[in-house]
Amino acid sequence: MRLEVSEPEEIKLNMTAMIDIVFQLLVFFIMTFKVVTMEGDFTVKMPMASQNASAELDVLPDIITVALRAGENGKINSIIVDGDETFAEADMYQKLTSLIALRLGAEADPENETETEVEFDIDYGLKYSYTVKAIEAVSGKIENGVVQKLIKKVKFKDSKRGG
Amino acid sequence: MKFSKKRKTEILEGDLTPMIDMTFQLIAFFMLLINFSEVDRAEEITLPSSVLAVPPDVRPDYQIILNLEPGGKIKFEGQEVPEIDFMGPVLKQQVAAASREGVSEPDIAVIIRSHQDTPTGLVQELISKCQESELQTFSLRVKEKLR
Repeated sequence: MRLEVSEPEEIKLNMTAMIDIVFQLLVFFIMTFKVVTMEGDFTVKMPMASQNASAELDVLPDIITVALRAGENGKINSIIVDGDETFAEADMYQKLTSLIALRLGAEADPENETETEVEFDIDYGLKYSYTVKAIEAVSGKIENGVVQKLIKKVKFKDSKRGG
Repeated sequence: MKFSKKRKTEILEGDLTPMIDMTFQLIAFFMLLINFSEVDRAEEITLPSSVLAVPPDVRPDYQIILNLEPGGKIKFEGQEVPEIDFMGPVLKQQVAAASREGVSEPDIAVIIRSHQDTPTGLVQELISKCQESELQTFSLRVKEKLR
């Protein structure tokens, strides 16, 4: 028996169609690609005010009231803490942070840290970015690159239009 | 004058393998990075930025993302609601949808993405509108600023 050995032939694939499709896909993904900035949250717990809300809690939390007053064009004018301490200088947010840190530090009990709340009383027209700055100022500070948390519970007082 | 004999033309075939390899690499890269969940983000809204805001560790069971524009217009899942007062039915619908998934009102996270120039009063109005639908967990979304 004689076997006929055929010479192996190089198989040539036609790549053109595949490359076309691959480029189409590449263009699609490049066009739909969007650089997304990271986003974070400040959590605000605000249940509907009810009569038995305070009865449910054994100890009433300490509340620090922070009023944000708006000036011209919705810019911040002053910050008033508990109705008596007013900050109106350029570094008012830093002052607010140090005051909050001082208040929390005065209460030696570490348990207290979680219980102290800040209630914001904000002018209707104040631009949102200033509000966020104030929330940031009370919720923590950065010391030597380390975040120190201050207030965890933040709530808003009702504000009326024009008020 | 004598012309040299014309050479036979040959089809030039470059080696396409490295190019195809690279192209597939690129496709894989873009495919992995593409994010279709960004429809909830209205791009025209400039969020205020903060160094302290942290991205949430766990995704809430049910979230409602409300985009608030400076004029009080709300964008929600591609629909536009011209005024906060008209949000009632939309929120009721969302609460009903959440309860079908077994999520009760206090566990629904309302994420407010508000433009940085919005009057805070409008944000508060939106929050109290949500409170009317028994919602109580709110997150104020901000852009993360690098320390």
